[in-house]
Amino acid sequence: MNLVKLTINSREVEVQSGTTILKAAEKIGIDIPRLCYDDDLSPVGACRLCMVEVKGARSLVPACVTAVSPGMVVETESPVVIESRRTTLNLLISNHPLDCLICEKLGDCGLAEYCYKYGVKESTFQGERHDYVIEENNSFIIRDLNKCIQCGKCIRACDEWTGIHNLDFIYRGFDVKPATALDSTYVDSECVFCGNCVTVCPTGALTEKQMKRQGRRWEVQKVKTTCPFCGTGCNFDLNVKDGRITGVTANRTSIVNGRALCVKGHYGWDFVQNEKRLTTPLIKKDGEFMPATWDEALDLIANRLKGIKEQYGPDAFAALSSARCTNEENYLVQKFTRAVMGTNSVDHCART
Amino acid sequence: MAGLATTFGSGAMTNSINEIPDAEMLFLIGTNTTEAHPVIGYKMREAKRKGAKLVVVDPRRTDLARIADYWLRLKPGTDIPLLNGIMHIILQEGLQDQQFISERTENFEALAKTVKDYQPDVVSSITGVPVEDLYAVARLYATTDKAMLFYTLGITEHICGTDNVMSIANLAMLTGHLGRPCTGVNPLRGQNNVQGACDMGALPNVFSGYQKVIDPVVRAKFEEAWGVSLPENPGLVIADMFEKAHTGELKAMYILGENPVLTDPNSNHIRSGLEKLDFLVVHELFLTETAEYADVVLPAASFAETEGTFTSTERRVQRVRKAIEPLPVLANWQTVIKLSQRMGYPMSYATPEEVWTEMASLTPSLAGINYQRLESDGIQWPCPTSEHPGTAFLHAGAFTRGKGLFQGIDHIPPGEVPDDEYPFLLSTGRILYHYNVTTPYSPGIHSMWSEEASEMNPDDAAKLGLATGDKVKVTSRRGDCVTNILVTDRVPPGMLWMSFHYANSPANALTSAVLDPVTKTGEYKVCAIKIEKI
Repeated sequence: MNLVKLTINSREVEVQSGTTILKAAEKIGIDIPRLCYDDDLSPVGACRLCMVEVKGARSLVPACVTAVSPGMVVETESPVVIESRRTTLNLLISNHPLDCLICEKLGDCGLAEYCYKYGVKESTFQGERHDYVIEENNSFIIRDLNKCIQCGKCIRACDEWTGIHNLDFIYRGFDVKPATALDSTYVDSECVFCGNCVTVCPTGALTEKQMKRQGRRWEVQKVKTTCPFCGTGCNFDLNVKDGRITGVTANRTSIVNGRALCVKGHYGWDFVQNEKRLTTPLIKKDGEFMPATWDEALDLIANRLKGIKEQYGPDAFAALSSARCTNEENYLVQKFTRAVMGTNSVDHCART
Repeated sequence: MAGLATTFGSGAMTNSINEIPDAEMLFLIGTNTTEAHPVIGYKMREAKRKGAKLVVVDPRRTDLARIADYWLRLKPGTDIPLLNGIMHIILQEGLQDQQFISERTENFEALAKTVKDYQPDVVSSITGVPVEDLYAVARLYATTDKAMLFYTLGITEHICGTDNVMSIANLAMLTGHLGRPCTGVNPLRGQNNVQGACDMGALPNVFSGYQKVIDPVVRAKFEEAWGVSLPENPGLVIADMFEKAHTGELKAMYILGENPVLTDPNSNHIRSGLEKLDFLVVHELFLTETAEYADVVLPAASFAETEGTFTSTERRVQRVRKAIEPLPVLANWQTVIKLSQRMGYPMSYATPEEVWTEMASLTPSLAGINYQRLESDGIQWPCPTSEHPGTAFLHAGAFTRGKGLFQGIDHIPPGEVPDDEYPFLLSTGRILYHYNVTTPYSPGIHSMWSEEASEMNPDDAAKLGLATGDKVKVTSRRGDCVTNILVTDRVPPGMLWMSFHYANSPANALTSAVLDPVTKTGEYKVCAIKIEKI
């Protein structure tokens, strides 16, 4: 493999040929702004925020899709680059509701982050603005295309991660937007509600309904864990605020699934906080369940199991453990059955 | 699991999930992957986009069947003749991997003798799969280097589940598709921790790591570690537990995190068994259909309320981390410890990590795994030492049992087939939006998918005068239930397909009482029913 030497912001870097300017810059710790680029999606060079100055080039070039060449001299934050970024941001927010005070994405919004960085407060462009109805007719995803910047990441996540191609750009010019076939709502389309489009969206155009007004992005603690549904073993972050789960977000370091999730892992966690959850032991008296303390319940169980073991022998007892519970819980249940009750009759439903 | 344990010596997915996008061929039999294992389904679609050939064997036109290069719509319960027919063609055309067969396997003659009788035209008439498709798929699989086989419950939930699995293993060995990346026999395990529950010894015949309870050396090791004498006879499997409950020999049960009334076949039999028990403890998140029968219900903590580990289908042990305090105050591991204490057997673990450490010290295949090593990516077992990196694919160089064991296996028809009185075939499975019987407790999921929609072919719907949304009463010899109908040609004529997620349309009131004789798994995939419009 050929190595290529180039200079970025007066610093030399050597990378393999074919590497983009954006990745070469990352190698020496230089972060080039980007909205449509994502490490886990194919690059398209659409948002023009990663434009950099290359000495001798006729114009600025997009760093996310331009390969390095030997001796290249790149400036990523020169006055002309900054001017270009300001103009791009100015154009992007010319048709973007600046309701950041109540926007769910604030704190995790690429557009707000770069406007902050380059001091773009409001747009100097006046003109027509979109007035799309906010789509909220499903339980998981709020779709506010007024905030869409047409980066196309949702389209690529649907194609390249989920693989169903439910989204593509429709219309032309000012009206262009990512849409389902026939521009129907997600519910009326082939959407499988994996929420991978929400994961990659850099603005407030796609947000998690479950997280609405449950806490600012910087207030939640993220706890990486393993999904409790199927056997794939996806990892994700439980978002926690004030002792309650507010939602699930993808975690970049998940080795099996990357940031891809399905509807159950992304949105099915809320059984945990269902109000029907049992919180206290119940003892049946005269056919009715009555709340009991842990001591009462455990004493009763211990006495009855001891009595049955003494009267009928260990094999009068059996335990069903669970393929939904942890390894440690399963180990303890089989140990309890074998060592305490004295029988090998422990099983679970998924033996095949 | 029993099937692969017989053939290879260990029952687990041989290869890894992230090998899928690099495969050249995916051969799926009895797995609706995009719904039951969605993220693995994503990777299969990715492989297909990158040019891999896709073969799907399924009576239903699943999402992957729609994009398959070959969709073999076999008649339910005819997997063995199909696989034997494919192997017949491979041998007929000399496409087998002779070197692999002679170096890595034994008993090849028995297989060759059995499949000799499975002529393509005979197989075609049994299975309904066209002869030319049998040839095409046989040639494709035998001649593709990186070919992965996948199966799930469409294979195992039959009277001949174990034989089905061994037939798949026969096919992979015949063509040398084992012991290398992007090959293998890959059962996709259903629940998040099926693999782990088995690995931990929540089985009546083995301790953790599949160490047999009948082995005196193994038993002595656990007796010393646990300080008690241990029973030497294997215990009861679930189906036998309920039989013994009926006969009165089983008096008490403790059920953690399972809802057999909804999920086990022939649920009326389960209900009456539970009623006969003297004492039932159910440890659950919710007051489930099973918990209703309990004398004491203990509130359980969810996955978000405990530290621990799950082991995924690819044998990867990964951390589960506590995000919130247990709603019932005690996490499940603490409950078991407190109960054990009261029974006069103190267990002194301060954390789940200490439980893991004890288990690993007694379990050779997991001995090298500790919580520190699991911190980032998890580890795939076998992992015998703390320096061992874990195992991405099994059976490199040799099988766990030494040589792979070919077996000649003949067709066994389903235990109950449609007749004049019960003219339709019922098959059951999972849908994308639910996971067994937990997700109906998810307010979000339930708000969007709250009712069963049983799939019926348009021809049958026309005959019965039914349209999508109509309600029908479905009856089998064991029970009945009411369900909505969804008219779709995803299913072939003569079949009704239901999920089993909904308490108000309990498909398992209908399902068969027939079991696989080895694993005692129910034949959820085939039974006979009649359908009446209501």
